[in-house]
Amino acid sequence: MNYNERLSGNEAIAFAMKQIDPDVMAAFPITPSTEIPQYFAQYVANGEVNTEFVPVESEHSSMSACIGAEAAGARAITATSSAGLALMYEMMYVAASCRLPITLACVNRALSGPININNDHSDSMGIRDAGWIQIYAENNQEAYDNFLQAMPIGESPEVRLPVMICQDGFITSHALENIVLLDTDSVKQFVGEYHPEHYLLKKANPLAVGPYDLGCHYMEHKVQQAEAMKHAKARILEVAKQFEALTGRKYGLFEEYQMEDAEVAVLLIGSSAGTAKAAVDQLRKAGVKAGLIKIRVFRPFPAEELAQALAHVKVLAILDKAESFSANGGPLFSEVRGALYDLKHRPRTVGYVYGLGGRDITPEHFKDIYARLTDIANGGELGPVYTHLGQRG
Amino acid sequence: MKENGLIEFRWHGRGGQGAKTACLLLADAAFCSGKYVQGFPEYGPERMGAPITAYNRISDVRCSVHCNIENPDYVVVVDETLLDSVDVTHGLSPEGAVIVNTAHSPAQIREKLRGWQGRVCTIDARRISEETLGKNFPNTPMLAAAVKVSGVLEEAKFKKDMEDSFHHKFATKPQVVAGNMAALVQAWEEVQAG
Amino acid sequence: MIRRAKDIDEHTPWQEMTPAGEVYEAATARYVNTGAWRTDTPVLDAEKCRSCLLCVPFCPDSSLPVKDGKLVGIDYHHCKGCGICATVCPFGAITVKEGGQP
Repeated sequence: MNYNERLSGNEAIAFAMKQIDPDVMAAFPITPSTEIPQYFAQYVANGEVNTEFVPVESEHSSMSACIGAEAAGARAITATSSAGLALMYEMMYVAASCRLPITLACVNRALSGPININNDHSDSMGIRDAGWIQIYAENNQEAYDNFLQAMPIGESPEVRLPVMICQDGFITSHALENIVLLDTDSVKQFVGEYHPEHYLLKKANPLAVGPYDLGCHYMEHKVQQAEAMKHAKARILEVAKQFEALTGRKYGLFEEYQMEDAEVAVLLIGSSAGTAKAAVDQLRKAGVKAGLIKIRVFRPFPAEELAQALAHVKVLAILDKAESFSANGGPLFSEVRGALYDLKHRPRTVGYVYGLGGRDITPEHFKDIYARLTDIANGGELGPVYTHLGQRG
Repeated sequence: MKENGLIEFRWHGRGGQGAKTACLLLADAAFCSGKYVQGFPEYGPERMGAPITAYNRISDVRCSVHCNIENPDYVVVVDETLLDSVDVTHGLSPEGAVIVNTAHSPAQIREKLRGWQGRVCTIDARRISEETLGKNFPNTPMLAAAVKVSGVLEEAKFKKDMEDSFHHKFATKPQVVAGNMAALVQAWEEVQAG
Repeated sequence: MIRRAKDIDEHTPWQEMTPAGEVYEAATARYVNTGAWRTDTPVLDAEKCRSCLLCVPFCPDSSLPVKDGKLVGIDYHHCKGCGICATVCPFGAITVKEGGQP
């Protein structure tokens, strides 16, 4: 049921959407995610899917249309990037608080300004607190696999949360690579049909969604959302297990690479993890106990699991492909460092902000980072913990 | 030879000339030969005529690295006017080769290559394309030249795969398949090494 | 220190770039040689040109300089060789030549 193909990351996502054949897609084009609705619209035009494609006039509208569709009882999807995601901002919170398990394919791109079309994570990191589940991919294969797992996670009754499936703009979205696809019947069986208990078009049971909350109710609903996000963690792992049984491909909250005896480690998100693995392989041959952790699930944040995985590490570098302008490091840095705080023997940590606006990062950059970590592990000075990587000057 | 049989290509072309398409075609052909592939362009705003770069990694194992290619084994130049403005052999492996679309000889091209000592190969893709397709579509001849010079794919299998690929790609205009195959075969014969 | 746009390129360190990419002078396009993108080149035959100036508004790159009501040549530093000028010229005064050089 697995078969080999070669697809770009965008093609892979569009193909997953086709296999799932959702009820509604509402989308507005924006680089580098444009190809996803473009390919999908072609499937619609060719009659290869039964989806209602809603061409909207903005991303605020695409998310609004998805909210309406999902509330009505349909399975709704969209895709966007960068400024498009920013324009959805208001409605992203509405989707999550209405507990509507919409699926969004996010092709990560820098936010303006200066205006730039290339990859970093500032778009999805900017919206990290909206209440969406966020799952990130290293390559086209993971983007495809994650998208197939999104609905079983988000639509699960104890979760009922929208899901963002993120991949790196251009670096994976536009790169043609080998991929193993699942046959459509298996996909349909795995993803299942969407049968919410309550929905607007359910005649037997009239319903209103998204009411105004007075102060006496708002916080309780937010706690419900927070609890749902806690449940999501277990559900993500459960779905990953089912997916592994089907495909043989194993997923967790994060991937550990050469971590068992690692003394120095790098932690990051996305396609650069593959580049870092090449550096780890070279360093391992030279006897350096280097390891790597790649975050797959950023929301919910796997704090306890990370603390456990990092307890034996001496020095850790945390890499953010987004600025938070806290003057103290990026969002991943803050959260990972926070996760380590209660460990008895916690690793020392340094943060880097890298890859903004598509700035390339090579195995050599990672080797330099590991060299610094090794030096710190051997008693060298920690130095500044908030620095940038790859810029001139 | 790099680890795991890795061979890396860098393509230089101009926006609108199809260097990206040629790069994707090479990835496609290598995939058909059972290789692990990457084919990716270095993106900027779309600008017709502006210099663009695209890359291929072809390997026996999955390529995890996702950065640009600094030290390619082969460089393919789809438009020779780029030689004036772009240092095309920058970082090129001394054992590798540069393949240029030109009517000039390898010796004449070498003079423009800023001291490059390695192999220089030439192919008149424009003429071949005009003779076989009636128009200047240099992609197919450049692809054939790149595959022949690099030896990355086996000849008969490559030609067969490309024919299948053309039938698929030009499903709505099958009349251009023969021309593309003729361009491919002619380029395979005509590429010059010096 | 005010740094001029012409002194900033892809090798300039961040400390020496202007804040927010501000540009403090006009006509900086003159530093960008988009003429290098050209693969075909329009050539003006001054004898045939009657300076009707029809080509001027069609040029997408403002590469047809006019002085005292006359077309005075082609700005090859910026012309990208699209050939629209040759297509719209009613007098055949502009022809397109293969290659990047006039």
